[in-house]
Amino acid sequence: METTSQSPSTAARIALHPCYSEQAHRHFARLHLAVAPACNIQCHYCNRKYDCSNESRPGVVSELLTPEQAAQKALAVGAAIPHLAVVGVAGPGDPLANPDRLFATFRALAEKAPDLTLCVSTNGLALPEQVEELVKYRIGHVTITINCVDPSIGARIYPWIFWNHRRIRGRKAAEILIDQQQKGLEMLVARGVLVKVNSVLIPGVNDEHLREVHRVVTAKGAFLHNIMPLIARPEHGTYFGLTGQPEPTADQLRILREACAGQGGATGMMNHCQQCRADAVGLIGQDRGAEFSWEKVAAETVDWQAAVAKRTAVRAAIERRIVLHSQIHHPTSAPASPSGQRTGALQSETLRMAVASNDGRTVDAHFGHAREFLVFDVSPMGARLVERRDIERYCSGPVTCGDAAPALAGAIAALRDCAILLCARIGFEPWRALEDAAISPNSERAGEPIIDALLAVGAEWRDRAPRAVSPAGQRLCA
Amino acid sequence: MAFRIVACCTGCWACLPLCPRQAIRAAAPHFEIDPARCTECAGDYPDPQCASICPIEGAIVDAAGQPLNPPGSLTRLPPAPATPLPIS
Ligand code: SF4
Ligand code: SF4
Repeated sequence: METTSQSPSTAARIALHPCYSEQAHRHFARLHLAVAPACNIQCHYCNRKYDCSNESRPGVVSELLTPEQAAQKALAVGAAIPHLAVVGVAGPGDPLANPDRLFATFRALAEKAPDLTLCVSTNGLALPEQVEELVKYRIGHVTITINCVDPSIGARIYPWIFWNHRRIRGRKAAEILIDQQQKGLEMLVARGVLVKVNSVLIPGVNDEHLREVHRVVTAKGAFLHNIMPLIARPEHGTYFGLTGQPEPTADQLRILREACAGQGGATGMMNHCQQCRADAVGLIGQDRGAEFSWEKVAAETVDWQAAVAKRTAVRAAIERRIVLHSQIHHPTSAPASPSGQRTGALQSETLRMAVASNDGRTVDAHFGHAREFLVFDVSPMGARLVERRDIERYCSGPVTCGDAAPALAGAIAALRDCAILLCARIGFEPWRALEDAAISPNSERAGEPIIDALLAVGAEWRDRAPRAVSPAGQRLCA
Repeated sequence: MAFRIVACCTGCWACLPLCPRQAIRAAAPHFEIDPARCTECAGDYPDPQCASICPIEGAIVDAAGQPLNPPGSLTRLPPAPATPLPIS
């Protein structure tokens, strides 16, 4: 089976998604609407008297809305929070088990908030039959919870499903569910929809098996795999909670995530998901749901056209900021290394790259004319600006390129912890000098937005041996 | 011949859209079946639809008051809540 690498546009979509990108999740807001109460399966980690304890936060009952109320709420939130970018339907039941309510909500939003990205989380049972409809509403992202690809393991997680007008139990139920999930995943990937896979780590049930799940969903083109710890406490009243099923330790979770990440492939591992509540509003980790309860938004009249315009402007500003001014320290990203350490090139996931840019948005600078380099740490999750580095220009004009050894040496010193340099053009001599210093120059991305270029080159790099970038066919200084 | 929804219904909506006779109403404090409309799905489906998706044991009962989904049948948890729980 083949692993496809992410195209630059896929990478850019991920980089700006508040749930999937470690930078974007600090800048953009997302709203989850609780319009889908019914579920078509039973999981042993869920007590159906409350919200699902693993897909949502335990013990918090969501505010159930009609489709009309949900759309009104999204418009009100989108007018008050201009950095709202994503509206998702994730529960309390399964959105695709409530297709009428789900699509009525999306219809209203497609008309009055066409700029918002819509997403859905599902157990996958009803997914294949709804794929065409989802594509119609330009659903950007679908999350499928896949806990197993083996029915004998599935039978220990799912006591029953509702399928073709019957309740089906045991191994047969798990077989059908797994088939539908895999079929749905394949259909979505074939239609260009981003698919994230969630898995609940259940020690002794699917812990070893999740490596196989990771391998399968990676091969099928899921772009992210998020392994979440089982939540199972007796007070939740779930089967697992009441039968003493242990929750995973932090170490078990970390080791499994690392093992999956080490299996390679283009599917990234997501480490920052906080299992946000189904009706969460705001930035991840900063929940503002109470400000936008139905009572508060019901009476509001929203100028939705003005809201769309405002969000579009704010979004463009944030996108620029993510590329240029993102100085966020995130605990899961690698800290900036002391200069002189080639950690960028040595860590399998994070790669340090430098960009020569005049306008700060695109790869537009000639190496020899650059006044500064922008230094980024690039991982499958996105690109983080480490710092700007001023350099002595060593090339005073296009015709004197190459005869300024001390300045070139200074530029190389400024780049010595970077594995790759992106620029619009570069002379032959500096090219050789950079290569000799084990820095790969790359001018293939001339003119592209910096974030696209970084993510594309980062993906290429992970698929190849280090320093496989060759000067052949590149634009060299005349 | 009609089924009945009783107090332990959580109002999860799963049954309502499936009823071929539109017999189910989203009432409070729990959903209700209109006995004049409910046919127990006879002639429409081999299994009664509401009772085949309902996740709550005991929430739907037959004409004799017997639960369609008796305790333990859906969750696989031991029926009596007072039973000491097995540890690990
Ligand atoms: S048994 Fe069938 S007809 Fe009666 S309420 Fe349930 S779904 Fe409707
Ligand atoms: S499926 Fe059961 S719990 Fe849900 S609304 Fe119907 S009767 Fe109530």
